[in-house]
Amino acid sequence: MSLYYHPNTLEEAVFILAQQGGSILSGGTDFFPALGEKPITGTVVDISAIYGLKGIVSTPQEHRIGGLTTWTELIARPLPSCFGALKSAAREIGGIQVQNRGTVAGNLCNASPAADSVPALLTLDAEVELISTSGSRRIPLSQFIIGNRKTVRRPDEILTAVIVPRTLDDASSVFLKLGARRYLVISIAMVAVLIQARERHITAAHVAVGSCSVTAQRLSLLESALVGIPARPGIGQIVRPEHLATLAPIDDVRATAEYRMDAALTLITRALDECVRNC
Amino acid sequence: MATLTPPKPAAQAALSFRVNGRAVQVSASPLDRLSKVLRDGLAFTGTKVGCDAGDCGACTVLFDGDPVCSCLMAAGQAEGHEITTVEGLAERAPIFGRLQQSFLRHGAAQCGICTPGMLVAATALLERKSEPSESEALDAIGGVLCRCTGYRKIITAILDANSTAEAPLSLAGGAVGKRLVRLDGQRKVAGSEVFGADEFPSDALMLRAIRCPHHRARFSFGDVDAFLAAHPGVIRVFTARDVPGENCYGVITPFADQPVFAEKEARFRGEAVAAVAGEPDAITALDMAQFPITWDELPPITDIDTALARGTFPIHSKRKDNVLVRGRVIRGEVEKALAQAEVVVEDQYDTGFVEHAHIEPEAGFARRVGDSLEVQACTQSPYMDRDDLAKILGIAPECVRIIPTAVGGGFGAKLDLSVQPFIALAAWHLRRPVRMVYSRTESIMTTTKRHPARMWMRAGASRDGKLVGVDFQADFNTGAYSSWGPTVARRVPVHASGPYFVPHYRALTRAIHTHLVPAGAFRGFGVPQTAIAQEQVYDQLAEKLGMDPLEFRILNALTNESPTVTGQVLGAGVGIRACFEALRPRWKEARSRASDFNASKTGPVRRGVGVAGMWYGCGNTSLPNPSTIRVGLKRDGRIALHQGAVDIGQGSNTIVTQICADAVGAPIERFDLVSGDTSISPDCGKTSASRQTFVTGKAAQMAGTDLKHAIIRLAGRSDDASISFGDGVIHVEEGDKRKRIHLQDLACDQHGYVITREATFDPPTSSLDENGQGIPYAVYGFGAHMAEVAVDVELGTVRVLKITAAHDVGRAINPTLIEGQIEGGAAQGLGHALMEEFFPGKGENLHDYLIPSAGDMPPVESILIEDPSPVGPLGAKGIGEQAVIPTAPAILNAIYHATGVRIRRIPATPDRIRAAILAAHKDVHLA
Repeated sequence: MSLYYHPNTLEEAVFILAQQGGSILSGGTDFFPALGEKPITGTVVDISAIYGLKGIVSTPQEHRIGGLTTWTELIARPLPSCFGALKSAAREIGGIQVQNRGTVAGNLCNASPAADSVPALLTLDAEVELISTSGSRRIPLSQFIIGNRKTVRRPDEILTAVIVPRTLDDASSVFLKLGARRYLVISIAMVAVLIQARERHITAAHVAVGSCSVTAQRLSLLESALVGIPARPGIGQIVRPEHLATLAPIDDVRATAEYRMDAALTLITRALDECVRNC
Repeated sequence: MATLTPPKPAAQAALSFRVNGRAVQVSASPLDRLSKVLRDGLAFTGTKVGCDAGDCGACTVLFDGDPVCSCLMAAGQAEGHEITTVEGLAERAPIFGRLQQSFLRHGAAQCGICTPGMLVAATALLERKSEPSESEALDAIGGVLCRCTGYRKIITAILDANSTAEAPLSLAGGAVGKRLVRLDGQRKVAGSEVFGADEFPSDALMLRAIRCPHHRARFSFGDVDAFLAAHPGVIRVFTARDVPGENCYGVITPFADQPVFAEKEARFRGEAVAAVAGEPDAITALDMAQFPITWDELPPITDIDTALARGTFPIHSKRKDNVLVRGRVIRGEVEKALAQAEVVVEDQYDTGFVEHAHIEPEAGFARRVGDSLEVQACTQSPYMDRDDLAKILGIAPECVRIIPTAVGGGFGAKLDLSVQPFIALAAWHLRRPVRMVYSRTESIMTTTKRHPARMWMRAGASRDGKLVGVDFQADFNTGAYSSWGPTVARRVPVHASGPYFVPHYRALTRAIHTHLVPAGAFRGFGVPQTAIAQEQVYDQLAEKLGMDPLEFRILNALTNESPTVTGQVLGAGVGIRACFEALRPRWKEARSRASDFNASKTGPVRRGVGVAGMWYGCGNTSLPNPSTIRVGLKRDGRIALHQGAVDIGQGSNTIVTQICADAVGAPIERFDLVSGDTSISPDCGKTSASRQTFVTGKAAQMAGTDLKHAIIRLAGRSDDASISFGDGVIHVEEGDKRKRIHLQDLACDQHGYVITREATFDPPTSSLDENGQGIPYAVYGFGAHMAEVAVDVELGTVRVLKITAAHDVGRAINPTLIEGQIEGGAAQGLGHALMEEFFPGKGENLHDYLIPSAGDMPPVESILIEDPSPVGPLGAKGIGEQAVIPTAPAILNAIYHATGVRIRRIPATPDRIRAAILAAHKDVHLA
């Protein structure tokens, strides 16, 4: 037996969660597959009708991506060049059917190690906004996802927005996903790279790798090595296996751990080269 | 703080939304999947459910105009919105009618299970952009999986949707050879085709199975009565004790060993031990983890070596060494020949389990009618189902009626029983209709797979390039039960030479039991695995000889006069050389294109071109497999064709009718197809072994010819007379003599026809002696595929750029349908080569088990060779399985050509290719 709520406002939604908890449903693209053949039990709070959580608003300081923004909406929205990687990632999430329903918040809260949007959002220094009856808080995305399908979201909180600072607007970015088929594929490894350059020199370099550890990770050693060097093709050659030392890939049906490390290195090399070509 | 929304209980509620332009109200839980509510609550069964996980797209509908997976939406989310299903597309979008016609004209629908999802997704695209590019069309359907077509005809149909071209028509006597639209096509593109889950009595109960979660376990039931008492609406639990007849079935009766419900010990993960029947809502709401059962996990045997090791316990007490069956074919003196051969190559290959991944999960319902039982389900083999169910119920076969539905992909998986024994038992005991629909997980976990193979091969040639001997051994992991293991073990030794003259030959095979899912029939019965070994060994032999791989094959190709490895001389219709020769100009161009590319580019992408040959015997191996066709002339001048060959998408409804129509001399429009319902049509055997065009087609030709002669005799004319059909009247004409037969004046026989004719055809074969010598098949199909690939050597990824496929089909009855088989076979071969492997216990879904998506399939060029078989109808041979066999080895040979590495463990996934490249050259950073 389960209870279904379909509130129209955020206030109602967080109130229900505070009162009785429950699972949150919106796009359904992770909710239903996770059920398997089990019946739905407990309280379900369907937040898909809360229109205030949809859409992207840009202020002089930041871009605010509503938690219920779908991937299709994000792809269609004109955004600065730093969002190139995120848009590429959005095009790789399931098929069009899933992009039409799946939401930014859902991808983050589901916290799959292979969540397509996470590497790009990490390179954008994204933060997430969580709201509950006890208020609102903002946490860097890198601290929000803490394990395989684990986040710091409390059961009474809703992820209402993803916030991206405008300091990176003019950066260029690239996303590369490696899978064993073209469409509808869970990645073996994926890489997002963001580079900001001034006078042909790299002033900021953000590199994140997904599907190669329980959570997607920024590679800070590599990022430091890149800052200050000329932004020209061939910079990919700077990547060394040591830069990937913080990754901890696993063997699974998709690939071996050894291959993932090797492929991640190649993908980073290529993404860096492609990224500086766009600078 | 706002006030709390009044809670809506998730139990039945009245939901309102719009479907196909009309407001609807439906009583359903708001948390039910929208797909379920559309199908069960509103009867829009054109929306198909393939996975319930967003992995296959079969359930695609438009939500306010945008394609979504209806299995991933709560019905409550549709409130206040507009849903469009395939049934509503015609009203919504003017382009839809043309898109449907384009699908029919191009053969874009085969089994039809993915067709509604494809049509919805494509219509959404065409509404936004009337002339899309190919890449836009690919993106639009990238979220819908198809297992039959290989996608290319779907893409062509979408890009050609604006055309007003008409499909070809046929005149009397001119059906064969025409690209006629499939006769069952209209209902497939309308979404009105009835598949296993689409139809059931309104009072049907529902059934779910309790399945073993371990590879091997003992079990004991707890308090079942308390479980029933605690779950109102759940009516009864069935176990092995409830089987009135034999708790044992199997497709090959002498080897039958599979219980309906395991007794005491389950032998594979997913084996059923009980089933729960009840009212649909109660069964759907069940948490199966609550079922009272205790599992005692036991150490399983999961690999061939352990199964064969001395001292290992037997999985079946009657098979002490865990060997289900052995196969052998021996000709000449292979050891001597190989000892003397100037060039010898020896190699070993391994393949894994491969899942059929038909998009329609197994489904059907059963009902008891007096002392008889009716089963309506998706199946490839109605009469075999009938006989096994009769045995299980302990009743006569005549008391069981099988009504086959349309089959949403089979490829061999639906030859074995799946839901049938469960629903049959439950309906028998409860005297109420009972339905069952497998979940995707259940389908992948429990239905048969392609056998994993471990193959060793040694082949030798003389310096001038002639094959002198082949020594081949293969062990197949046949899983827990026999299924089609004996067929694989016996078919493979006949085929391991490939379509070449091999004077000295030895092929030994074994099918070996393990505690894994039963391996059974999958498009090619072991021959696709065999070709992976054989065609890669031949490539190595050609290289050692310094010969071009294609020329080596041409030199050794079988001829009409050369004996096969079983000593059979076919005498005519051996078109393999013609297939290779048809590839020759394309091969030379492609090889030079690849070397130019590799010479001019310094990046990580290397190109390669590979080729592989194939032969495949049509019909059962040295065993009878007759088909009986009945044709009846009706009083209105129409002709009933009892066509019992189940059409699983491959086209037998159309092909068999084309052959019969020309034999009768009547236009195809005059035929009424009667289905393979066992109560109304004679047995046309199973749809497998590439036998329906050949065997059933031949029976149809014979019956049609008999009917024509009977009509002519009725007019008192000789067999040379011509006939023409009108409504209720037939004109018979011989020279200047004409006669009108008024059919209304004639009496009807017991079948209700003015004239009935039946013909049976059983291919002329002989049994094989102890060395496998004899005539295993009356007809073989021959073919050769060329694959062009681009390999990213840094990532180990492969993109197949093109497949060119030459097949000797004897006579192309319907070229569009044959191309459909070739393209679909090529897609499955591509999957086998590059991405498909099922690991029991891991990834029982369609996002871990990958089949090719629309973006993975290259263009396929089909070249049809027509070297007629003296036995087949109008010379025709089979094509269904033939088309898959040479694809994987051609791709693997192309990977070798591109990279210099040979992949011996299939599939050639990126990690395996990359590891092989790293092992071969330590310094391969070509960039």
